[in-house]
Amino acid sequence: MPIKNNRLTAEQYEQNFSDIHPPFDSRESALVEANRCLYCYDAPCTKSCPTSINIPKFIKQISTDNVKGSAHTILVSNIMGAGCSRVCPVEKLCEGACVYNLLEEPPIPIARLQRYSTEQAMEKQWKLFERKPATGKKVAIVGAGPAGLSCAHVLSRAGIDVTIYEKESQGGGLMTFGIAAYKVTPQFCEAEVNYITSIGGITIKYDQELGKNITLAELKNNYDAVYLGFGVGLARQLNIPGEELTGVVDAIRFIYDIRAGAYEQVPVGDKVAVIGMGMTAIDAATQAKRLGAKDVTLVYRRTQAEMPCTEVELDIAKLDGCRIMWLAAPATIKGENGKVTQLVCNLMQLGDPDASGRRSPVETGETFTLEVDMVIKAAGQIPFEELVSGNQIQHKQGKIVTQSNGATNIAGVFAGGDCVNGGKEVVDAVQAGKIGADAILKYLSL
Amino acid sequence: MADISANFLGIKSPNPFWLASAPPTDKKINVLRAFEAGWGGVVWKTLGSQVKNVSSRYSAVNYNGSKVMGLNNIELISDRPLELNLREIKECIKLFPDRAMIVSLMADNTREKWHELIAQVEDTGAHGIELNFGCPHGMTERGMGAVVGQDPEIARLVVEWVMEKATIPVITKLTPNVHSVVPTGKASVEAGSNALSLINTIQSVTGIDLDTFVPNPYVAGKSVFGGYCGPAVKPIALKMLATISQDPVTAKVPISGIGGVSTWKDAVEFMLLGATTVQVCTAVMKHGFRIVEDMCEGLNNWMDEKGFKTINDFIGKSVPHLTQWEELDINYHIVANIDQEKCIHCGLCYIACEDASHQSINLQYGDPYNNYTIKEEECVGCNLCKLICPVDNCITMVEQRKGPDYINWKEFQQRGLPLNDH
Repeated sequence: MPIKNNRLTAEQYEQNFSDIHPPFDSRESALVEANRCLYCYDAPCTKSCPTSINIPKFIKQISTDNVKGSAHTILVSNIMGAGCSRVCPVEKLCEGACVYNLLEEPPIPIARLQRYSTEQAMEKQWKLFERKPATGKKVAIVGAGPAGLSCAHVLSRAGIDVTIYEKESQGGGLMTFGIAAYKVTPQFCEAEVNYITSIGGITIKYDQELGKNITLAELKNNYDAVYLGFGVGLARQLNIPGEELTGVVDAIRFIYDIRAGAYEQVPVGDKVAVIGMGMTAIDAATQAKRLGAKDVTLVYRRTQAEMPCTEVELDIAKLDGCRIMWLAAPATIKGENGKVTQLVCNLMQLGDPDASGRRSPVETGETFTLEVDMVIKAAGQIPFEELVSGNQIQHKQGKIVTQSNGATNIAGVFAGGDCVNGGKEVVDAVQAGKIGADAILKYLSL
Repeated sequence: MADISANFLGIKSPNPFWLASAPPTDKKINVLRAFEAGWGGVVWKTLGSQVKNVSSRYSAVNYNGSKVMGLNNIELISDRPLELNLREIKECIKLFPDRAMIVSLMADNTREKWHELIAQVEDTGAHGIELNFGCPHGMTERGMGAVVGQDPEIARLVVEWVMEKATIPVITKLTPNVHSVVPTGKASVEAGSNALSLINTIQSVTGIDLDTFVPNPYVAGKSVFGGYCGPAVKPIALKMLATISQDPVTAKVPISGIGGVSTWKDAVEFMLLGATTVQVCTAVMKHGFRIVEDMCEGLNNWMDEKGFKTINDFIGKSVPHLTQWEELDINYHIVANIDQEKCIHCGLCYIACEDASHQSINLQYGDPYNNYTIKEEECVGCNLCKLICPVDNCITMVEQRKGPDYINWKEFQQRGLPLNDH
């Protein structure tokens, strides 16, 4: 039962990783949907968007052939509106709130319309924003992910020169490295970063890691303010026997490898177990299947009612042929010759609600065994606690503690995105970046 | 099954749906297809003077993704040889003797030309003649079409010429490009016209190309005013029809209603305001002759539901419901009610009332759904919210009379009751 790469033909890889939500084919098809929009007042969709995009307005603008205005309406609220149109779990955000749901009618395909406008903006390189005259102020941002880029764009528009320090050799953060390739391609992510920075006044320094190549003290000395948007990174350990065996991998690493290299180079097992039921677990499971794994099983210790992923995501996994084991908690990973052969799980039942308000899983005493040759851990990511505490930044289990405006306990240092919230959607990070930028402008009396 | 056949001045048709004088009725091949599809009659595209057409000829108004809400044309009367038209008319009558065959005419403006043309048409066996006094483009410059219809005295004169010669029923078609259709209608009836039809197309500019700045339809860098028709003109046509039905002179003759008729419901509305038959063009230009199937079935079902045996049972039934503003009951008062079970929280009623009406809707913020309720004491009963609401029967208007008695404006004033008191 080997873990190996090159399982499929080039055509199969191509097909398996093609766009899962294809764009509108034509202006006409976009208009059919745009014209369905009721143009709600104080619209529920807008209120359900963390960045508060004026959705009825941008859809109306598509229907009046003002696509440029439409793209501006989207991007002025969410500079990663193009990426978000592909990766947002819209079924629980804007589209989930669309009033058509209350009529038992399909909601307006808001994400697809958003993609229609923003894709044209990127293709045609529309210059939708102008920078105010230079203020002479400089701000350093750590992390070129959604929070950092969003913060940088607001600051640049306000006439501030921004330098972003990014530990990877590419921008975009988890958008680039942590999301299934059939939602966004690395090429798209690169193009989006370039489009955002095309406003000017934003320099990204790649391969620069905080605590390794640069220090917070230096940044504080050399810049008027600092914004931390370095996200989360490390996969949560299972802390069970056998975790060190060859074949046990971290979902983020697995997805990163798919995104960073060629599909055929990424090894995958015949029988794969994925631990967890969040968006990342789904992305790992479906992509393992799409790389050619024969059996993929998602193992989750609670039930469908408690799962963190959306129904839409679960359906993708099911349609890809992934099996789901509910109420199963990994207990031991067994191996031969240092390689994974089995995953032993405790069969659970639901007990009283825990701190999250969800009913907590309790062991029943029964176990069962899955024959596997690969285990992908997607039980959440943990913050960079050492980095944070080492810099005397106030935190809670590694998550930076900020005021509602993003200010940390250190004057002039602000933070937002996953490094503060522990890991949410791209759109949440974009909003955090906007809030942080506004706080920085106030801090700099601009 | 109701009897939906029509008898218009003795011209019988199996249903009241005729095709208006236009491209769908300009030659045998179309007309036979129309009869095969089930149309009750046709008004053959206008014959008369010699013409030459241009290209392009049509332009349209689209609305919110719906194509051809209104259609505009600059096409002229028939540009085929007169003899060919006459021969084909004869052949069509022979093949479909049960259908109405009316021929539209627009002769050069002399008595002799009109008499000559009428004789030729009567030779075909056609059942009636429609006088085209309405075409708003191309022919007016030559003293024909709307120029005749816009001046009651010229219309009277031409109708008199026609009536001297015609032995079959004559319908005068009225132009809407006047402040009122009644004077020309009256003059035509007084001159002997057996019937009226209305409306012809309304002069229009449908739009302008924002790159070339040339209005449409485009003809080598130029455009002209065209004739507007289709669903967009229906309300105007209905109003003009109503004024003809209200006037004691014009109300005496049968009317063929025209202007945006697309469905059986539209047709019924024209008939309720006094039309015996209706004429259709734009809807067929958009969808083809097949639409007549639903028109017949829809009319039939509606008549059965209402218990009407023949179309004469309801023609003109709505005319008495139209009155003068000063006769309206001021004590009648309605207020809006929002069914909270049906409301989908789109806020459209709220913003319309708040920005454009009487600020009579409460907004209670919610996440993500706001709640909207009516301030009954502020509501003037204007209907705007109900018209805008996307959910059927979510907003209803509830009667809350200001007083038990009927009181109209004249009486209200006489009694010195308060004015400007809202």
